[in-house]
Order: sequence, then C-alpha cells, then structure tokens
Amino acid sequence: MKYLEDVVTLRYQAEACTGCGRCLEVCPRGVFVRSNGKVALTDPALCMECGACMSNCPEGALTVRAGVGCAAAVLNGLLRGGEPSCDCSGDSGSSNCCG
Amino acid sequence: MSDVLWVPKKTAPPWADGFQETPAGRIPRVAVAWGKAEQRGRRLCRWSNAFRMSYTVDPGLYAAGNPSPESPVLVTANYKLSFDLLRRELPGIDAWILVLDTKGINVWCAAGKGTFGTGELLRRLQSVKLAEVVSHRRLVLPQLGAPGVQAHVVKQESGFAVDYGPVRAEDLPAYLRAGRKATPEMRAVRFGWKDRLELTPMELLPALRRYPWLLLGLFLLFGLQPQGILFRPALAGGWSFALLGLAAILTGSFLVPLFLPCVPFRSFALKGWLAGAVLTGAFLALRWGALSGNLFLVVLAAAFFPAASSYLALMFTGTTVYTGLSGVQKEMRFALPLYIAALAVTAACAVLAVLRYWGLL
Repeated sequence: MKYLEDVVTLRYQAEACTGCGRCLEVCPRGVFVRSNGKVALTDPALCMECGACMSNCPEGALTVRAGVGCAAAVLNGLLRGGEPSCDCSGDSGSSNCCG
Repeated sequence: MSDVLWVPKKTAPPWADGFQETPAGRIPRVAVAWGKAEQRGRRLCRWSNAFRMSYTVDPGLYAAGNPSPESPVLVTANYKLSFDLLRRELPGIDAWILVLDTKGINVWCAAGKGTFGTGELLRRLQSVKLAEVVSHRRLVLPQLGAPGVQAHVVKQESGFAVDYGPVRAEDLPAYLRAGRKATPEMRAVRFGWKDRLELTPMELLPALRRYPWLLLGLFLLFGLQPQGILFRPALAGGWSFALLGLAAILTGSFLVPLFLPCVPFRSFALKGWLAGAVLTGAFLALRWGALSGNLFLVVLAAAFFPAASSYLALMFTGTTVYTGLSGVQKEMRFALPLYIAALAVTAACAVLAVLRYWGLL
C-alpha cells in the first residue's frame, strides 16, 4: 500500500554517503537499495517519514522531516498551536492513541 | 519509574519462573509461555485505553532461559504487551532482555517520541551494569526502535554496537539462528487483514462513545415541536437517522480500515467520504418517500454523514504503518475546512428543517 504522491520530505545526498548500509537495515518500507557502493531510492512515495534512516546515518546523508503520520496528532497540534503530538502520556486518556 | 535494579522480592512476578544471579545483582527469569493473563491483557489493550496506558513492566534487566556472558542482549520497551510478545518467542533461547523505560508505550510510538532512544538506552546500560554482565559488546534492538536511536552514537558512548533485529518478534529466533541476518520480509512492516482487524476497535470505540451526542441532536431535531419537545415525533422521525449515524460510524471506523486496499483513492479522507456517500445515497433512495417532503433533511444527511465517515477514516492514519506526516498534513489542510463547512450546512439545515415542519417555511 502506498500513501500520497509528491509529499515526502526525504532527501538523500549521495556525495556524503559512504555506503555503510545502515539505512537499508532500519527502513521499514524498503525505500533504499544498494547501488554502485552507495544507495539509491526505489520509490520515495513509499517513505512514511519515520526518521529511522536520518537518525542512524553516521554521515548525515539523509534528511527527512520526521513525525507521526497520524491525523489525531496533526489535529492536536493545530488546535494547540504546536507541533503534531499524540500526547499519549499526557492528561487525557481519551484520545485514541498508540499503545 | 526508578533507575535501581530489580529489588528482590519473596515472590516472583506471576510471569517470572525464578531468579538469576548476575555480577550486577539478582534479576528475574521470565517465563516464556503465555498464560490466560497474557491473552486477556492483549485483548484488553485493544479495547481499553485506560488499561493499555497502564499495562507496564518495570524497566531493567531480565533473563530468558539460562543466559551466559556470551548470550545475546535483546532490547525492548516497558509496554507489557511488547515485553510479552518478545518473551513468547524465546523458548529454547538463552538471552538477556533489557527493558527500557518508555513510559509504557510500544517500541514504534516510543521511538517516535524519543523515549525509546539513545539517551534512555545509554542510561539503562549503565544502571543495569550490562558491561559487567556480558562479555561481548553487541545489542539487538527491534528495528522499529530505530527512529529514536542513533546507533553510531550508542557505539561511541558505550562501546556497544547496535544490531537492528527484525520488525516482528516472531522472526527473532530465525534472525538469531541466521547469525543476525534479517531477510527483506523481516525488515518490512506488514499491515494485512488480521493486523487491521485487530486494531480497528481502537478507532471504533472512541467514535461510538460520541454516538449519544448524535442521538441527542437527532432527538432535538425531530422532537422539537411548537408545543415542546415531544417523544413520539422524535422517535418516528429520528430512528432512521439514528441507524444511518451508526452505519456511518461503522463505515468510517471499521469497514474502510478493514477493506483499506479495496476502497478507491489513496487519501483516507476521500476513502471515507466515498464510502459514507455510498451509504448515505442508499439510505436516501430507501427513505425517499418519507424525506422528499422536507428537502432540508436530505441536504443535512448528504452533508453530515459522508463527512463523518470521512473524518473517522482519516483518524485511522494514526493506526496504519504507511502514512507519513506530510501526507496527513496535506489531507488535513483540505479536509478540515470541508468538515467545518459540512457542520455549518448541517446546523443550518437542521434549523430550516424544524421551521419547515412547523409550517413556517
């Protein structure tokens, strides 16, 4: 299953990449493949912007605006004027939320 | 939760089957088989927010089997269901389980918040004195914890190298047997029929909890007469709308999520709106005889119920494992004004419909 096209914020800088392969290990959506000692992106629309690749790339070759793809969290952020937030551990136990 | 090691108690927790001495103290040995309590816990997690949010296990070090200093270290969250799913896969495997304090949240969500993260991992390695317990310097982390962890920083700061294991605990034995090699299948998140079915109550129940408000609205809409609020017309006019409302909730929170790949469009708001529109269209066709006298009710139904299904389907993005923040924000930007417009039309039509059957319009 794929989500919307042309919205994903994942960016890859090939010149910084050393081909360590960490991103292939952590990506849960199969976005990366090996290519000429470095990596290539298969289909960026597969990316769900979890940020695992960025967090684990020792060279900083990957950037993405990481966050939760959750409408309740986005709405929460809009209403409170802050960042999208699940606020699971916060005050209300009523929000439907990750467990 | 405290940073101290497990405080030895006279009785082991019900899911433990003994203790193990380590250079860093006495730690509980976990039972690997599930009992009734674990089955019940798993079910309750899907049905009760309050239960899920307090379903925890103490952070710290645990033993599975009879681990030696060479045995692997498996890291997990202190959400009891995550812990249970992990230990269930460990019959015949000697391992250390390192439970991080994620405030009772699962690995994936905690990694997103950073509580399953580099900082907590480094602190926990220190507090359980792992370097004294094991002779090697390798950790197995669940792959879905990766967003919160910087493996190269963990290595730098603690000397422990991070291996990301499979996404699902059920693949862990095969991963370990293969010398910590994961197949592409083990690396990919899965979101099949069974996964979706198990998770739909988490959307359906909060939606149903708001259903009484809809009933109250319908009661006023149909019961408000010049003489006062009357029960008989409220029931006679409202019952079919009450059923439609229930069906719209089921459509948005259950049917669309369950049949997700079969419903047209990639946008969840559109999926939900389409399904709700089909439902409302069928309803209006069936009830045309009763409704054609008051077209305001027809417009009200057409505005409100598809929008309700759409909203509920959009909320399911939080449960899926393939929707990203940018996409959800894009959906929200176009859907939210439409939801507000739909509510405005609904309110206006409700007033007009009342005036209409009072004979004022």
